Amino acid sequence: METISLDINTKIEELYDSGKEAFSSSSALINKSREEAFCIFKKSGIPTKADERYRNINLESIFRHNYNTYIKKRAIDFKIDDVFKCDVPDLETHTILLVNGWYHNADEQLTILPGGAVIGSFLEASKKYPEIFEKHYGKIAKPEEDGLIALNTSFVQDGIFFYVPDNVILEKPVQIINILISDEDVQTMPRNLFVVGKNAQAKIVVCDHTLSAQYFLTNAVSEIFADRDSLLEIYRVQNEHNGSTQISSVFIKQLENSNVLTNTLTLHGGSIRNNINVELAGRNAENQTIGLYLCDKGQYVDNYTFIDHAVPDCYSNELFKGVLDDFASGAFSGRILVRPDAQNTRAYQSNNNILLTDDAKMNTKPQLEIYADDVKCSHGATVGQLDQNALFYLQSRGIPKKEALMMLMYGFTNEILSKITVEPLKERISGMVERRLRGELSRCNSCVMTCTDKSHSC
Amino acid sequence: MEKEQDKILTEITENDYKYGFFTDVETEFIPVGLSEETVRLISKKKDEPEFMLEFRLKAFEKWKTMKMPEWAHLKIPEINYQDIIYYAAPKKKKQLNSLDEVDPELRATFDKLGIPLDEQKHLSGVAVDAVMDSVSVKTTFQDSLAEKGIIFCSFSEAVKEHPDLVKKYLASVVPIGDNFFAALNSAVFSDGSFVYIPKGVRCPMELSTYFRINAANTGQFERTLIVADEGAYVSYLEGCTAPMRDENQLHAAIVEIIVEKDAEVKYSTVQNWYPGDKNGKGGIYNFVTKRGICRGDNSKISWTQVETGSAITWKYPSCILKGNNSIGEFYSVAVTNNYQQADTGTKMIHLGRNTKSTIVSKGISAGKSQNSYRGLVKVMKKAENSRNFSQCDSLLLGDKCGAHTFPYIHVDNKSSIVEHEATTSKIGEDQIFYCNQRGISTEDAIGLIVNGYAKEVINQLPMEFAVEAQKLLQISLEGSVG
Repeated sequence: METISLDINTKIEELYDSGKEAFSSSSALINKSREEAFCIFKKSGIPTKADERYRNINLESIFRHNYNTYIKKRAIDFKIDDVFKCDVPDLETHTILLVNGWYHNADEQLTILPGGAVIGSFLEASKKYPEIFEKHYGKIAKPEEDGLIALNTSFVQDGIFFYVPDNVILEKPVQIINILISDEDVQTMPRNLFVVGKNAQAKIVVCDHTLSAQYFLTNAVSEIFADRDSLLEIYRVQNEHNGSTQISSVFIKQLENSNVLTNTLTLHGGSIRNNINVELAGRNAENQTIGLYLCDKGQYVDNYTFIDHAVPDCYSNELFKGVLDDFASGAFSGRILVRPDAQNTRAYQSNNNILLTDDAKMNTKPQLEIYADDVKCSHGATVGQLDQNALFYLQSRGIPKKEALMMLMYGFTNEILSKITVEPLKERISGMVERRLRGELSRCNSCVMTCTDKSHSC
Repeated sequence: MEKEQDKILTEITENDYKYGFFTDVETEFIPVGLSEETVRLISKKKDEPEFMLEFRLKAFEKWKTMKMPEWAHLKIPEINYQDIIYYAAPKKKKQLNSLDEVDPELRATFDKLGIPLDEQKHLSGVAVDAVMDSVSVKTTFQDSLAEKGIIFCSFSEAVKEHPDLVKKYLASVVPIGDNFFAALNSAVFSDGSFVYIPKGVRCPMELSTYFRINAANTGQFERTLIVADEGAYVSYLEGCTAPMRDENQLHAAIVEIIVEKDAEVKYSTVQNWYPGDKNGKGGIYNFVTKRGICRGDNSKISWTQVETGSAITWKYPSCILKGNNSIGEFYSVAVTNNYQQADTGTKMIHLGRNTKSTIVSKGISAGKSQNSYRGLVKVMKKAENSRNFSQCDSLLLGDKCGAHTFPYIHVDNKSSIVEHEATTSKIGEDQIFYCNQRGISTEDAIGLIVNGYAKEVINQLPMEFAVEAQKLLQISLEGSVG
């Protein structure tokens, strides 16, 4: 059995000891679970390739790199408006910023939105709303199940807290911008907690960016709780440079009649690993987990999803599509579990991939585990190339080959894009995907926000 | 209607195993347990040449360093490998030349099983190698096959008569250290079948092996080696049964197939080891390594299996598609009932250009059983223009059973197309209702639906076997198959 060499785990233990003073600013609840989690981490360490869930990614080589960790918040001197300007005129959002894993707002740590919804610093909120944290923090992201969760829980300090009270409908989407910027190589471990109350509705757009050319490692954990009759949509646009590694673990728990959609759009990044875990814990809950990944050069994208049908009458639909160019490699692993007595379950899963070169690689593993009989479940996976007949058809109508290929690829991705319900966002992202496919997309003009300072371009 | 369905499902769940008799044949055992001595003793008993003993010892050394695999979706009770008798053979009084000399008890056994051991059943046109416990009992039609240059004999005979062929091909597809059970088999295997089809020969009849575990407390470890030389063709059948016993018995076999240029091998299995009783007591542990290699261009391997027996099945008949334009096929129906567990599927490794593979897997789970499909399709970089299509469907009869799918797909080039699809469902009430409307009873309707569901695979079996397989489905899902 492979083991991660001791020095990496020792390094992390030293870091933990050195951080003890800084951790004292966190709430008691968080520090209590921190200690428990670190005990677990000391036993489990970073997952190896022997762990079936991480068989395609070499975490050892990722964690071996010498990163700095900002145990204390470092003042970074910029204002959101100076760095970003939104170029989608119709898209109005509540925008907040996370810089190197720390909530960034000069004025206030927590913002009250219409209807009493709260968004802001995780650190601040853990002190101000202990009852919410008591109820939800660490409840679905369990350190004993994954070394990376244990690691995050051991080092958790800041991140995003988002709370929508019962019966509140947020008209404007909330936009969270994760920025990595530094003059040295940095690892961050942000922690997010989203709670959407009964009959509440919200939409979240998350953008991930790197604004300097250093190496970055993110090991983020998000816990998302959707109460009865709630509606939540999360769009995630991952757009980092080739030297960055992002490991993001999202845990979603849904109660009765709740409806959650996550759409993960991976446009750019060095190594990206998305863990999406959904627990359908209330009847008639609906979940859609979709994603698109476009990779080229030596990029690596690994999506791991787990949909747990714990109760009867739930619906889940999963669709991931990818285009791999150059020598990029991709992995998809989808697991649907239908527990005993979760009758009348409908669960669908599909993963389609296009390989554009002989050096591109794809591993896919759609799994079904079913313990109830009255179910309708299916999964499918394909790996192939663009339809030659369709290409010929377009060419025969006078469309140049390059353009025809573009049209087909764009058509392939459109199934994912069409599921974006925020109209201006859909247009903007469609444009980005098109430019990405043409190879014109540069990192700095690639977000919903536009970077005005071009000196950072990769 | 619910009630009626429940009744039928109960009937299915409580059906009995029809091959569970025990034959009182005088049997020779070696002492229980496994050590280097045991390995040497087996080799000595079989009067094997030196190279075989070396092979066994090497495998045994390797096995000692290995651990039982735990990745399968199975709950395997701990197996005490020192508690098994590794060699049991019906006592032979002298060398057999004609069927009349075969122990009448033994013949009666095979008659009961409906195996055409008797040459009078010549018309059925199947040459049979019957393996009881660990030893090949009788191979029929050897002479007429020899005329065409075909070698069809027990493995121990092949070791003595054709050592060069055995040396050349043995463990060339399944290396001794391939996995835990393969290593164990390589160390202690007692007999099995050997087939060699020379260049350009099309084997005129189906070749068949019938495996029977008879003695108590024994394990069965047989080994099949099939070689089809350039342009040859053979269709090979395998069947198995065992008596009903309260304790679990281990069966760890290896099948290796080597297919040269333009040759084709079709391998069909109807596996009906004793599955244990209604409470999950007893039954055979069926841990089998089956693998074939398409060595030459335009070669083909086709696996068809109907799996109805065994308490636990761990089996992945695989194809290594090395030759350009070679083809691999896998058709499977796996039925699990009561407390049976099955983790079965295939591996298709595409190495050559324009290679094609098809996987059709149909799982049927009833009672409290767990039925998993586990498969790997791997397209290597040089396997340009390769094509794979996989379909694995699961049918659930009852709310206490499970059906699972674990497909792995790896693709390393752009010109290949790999498709996988799977569905899981129970028998549609609307389908049953439709049949009822047309005057078909619920019982018959379930039969029709299950039959239609498995048809795609059953159709791949040679005729004699298709009949048997259908009968088996009928028994396994008694009262529901029309």
